[in-house]
Amino acid sequence: MKKRLTIVAFVSLLTSIIATNVAWADMGGVQSLRGLEELDANNTADSLKRVPRDRETFERDYLHQPPLIPHQIRGYKVDLNSNKCLSCHSWQNYKKTGATKVSMTHFETRDGQQLSDVSPRRYFCNQCHVPQADAKPLVDNNFNSVKPLAD
Amino acid sequence: MANQNKGLIGRYWSLLTNPTRIAMGIILALGFVAGIVFWGGFNTALEITNTEEFCISCHEMEANVYQEYRETIHYSNRSGVRATCPDCHVPKDWTHKIIRKIAASKEVWGKITGLIDTREKFVEHRKSMALREWKRMKENDSRECRNCHNFESMDFSEQGRRSVTMHSTALASGEKTCIDCHKGIAHELPDMEGVEGWH
Repeated sequence: MKKRLTIVAFVSLLTSIIATNVAWADMGGVQSLRGLEELDANNTADSLKRVPRDRETFERDYLHQPPLIPHQIRGYKVDLNSNKCLSCHSWQNYKKTGATKVSMTHFETRDGQQLSDVSPRRYFCNQCHVPQADAKPLVDNNFNSVKPLAD
Repeated sequence: MANQNKGLIGRYWSLLTNPTRIAMGIILALGFVAGIVFWGGFNTALEITNTEEFCISCHEMEANVYQEYRETIHYSNRSGVRATCPDCHVPKDWTHKIIRKIAASKEVWGKITGLIDTREKFVEHRKSMALREWKRMKENDSRECRNCHNFESMDFSEQGRRSVTMHSTALASGEKTCIDCHKGIAHELPDMEGVEGWH
């Protein structure tokens, strides 16, 4: 009887030590943006952020910043067959649609050769240009634009 | 009896020209019932072919266009209102519906001969099929779009800035119709090389 009790006590002690160790190891004692959730648990997801339908154009915050998209782009495909962005923003169409035209820099290949249309390396608009959702920054940011852009 | 003097042909002729009253009634009644059965049956069968279930009962539609459509706003949206295949692809009023249905017999032939029975064949034919449907919609001034999207009921103050710019000018003047700009809203696009307004 005494022997059995000792075994039970030993096993439970061992389990609790392992359990605490595992929990501690997962968190690493560090609290991140995910909160104090362990890696193997799901924390509650934030609600999805909506992209405003239309808004005024964004000011640029730094030199050479790709201009941000001031409208929704749901369902706008850019692939081998078609480019929905260029059906408004291309040089052929921008006057009719009143959209900003694609910058001349997009016509240049990586070898510096000027093409008459958008270069393949600049074809996939969303690699650089993205819409902005109405979301609060996750971390505080005290970035300041350079003088000419800040004014 | 007068009939007995007329011979076989004569008797048959008089039976046709002077049917008894009851026979006349029976013929009319049978004709009436048969009319209801055939007309009702015809319309019921026609309406069955006008359902999404019927459309996607063929793998050509189910595996290709239906899967693409499920990601678009006409399938999945905030209010849950849906436009199914026939809402866009089959006219609502009877005359145009019958014309479209007769034209669709070509699609039955396509199904029998396996014109687009693999993904590769489908993709290869996508442009010709898309061009045909765009042409149809352009010619009828996007009638199937307008069954739901009534221009008179559009409130420009509720639309986005870009939409107002286009709808209050080109669409209002009749210079353009819905399909001129809204291509590929329910299915993937083919190669748009040479299509007006596209790149």
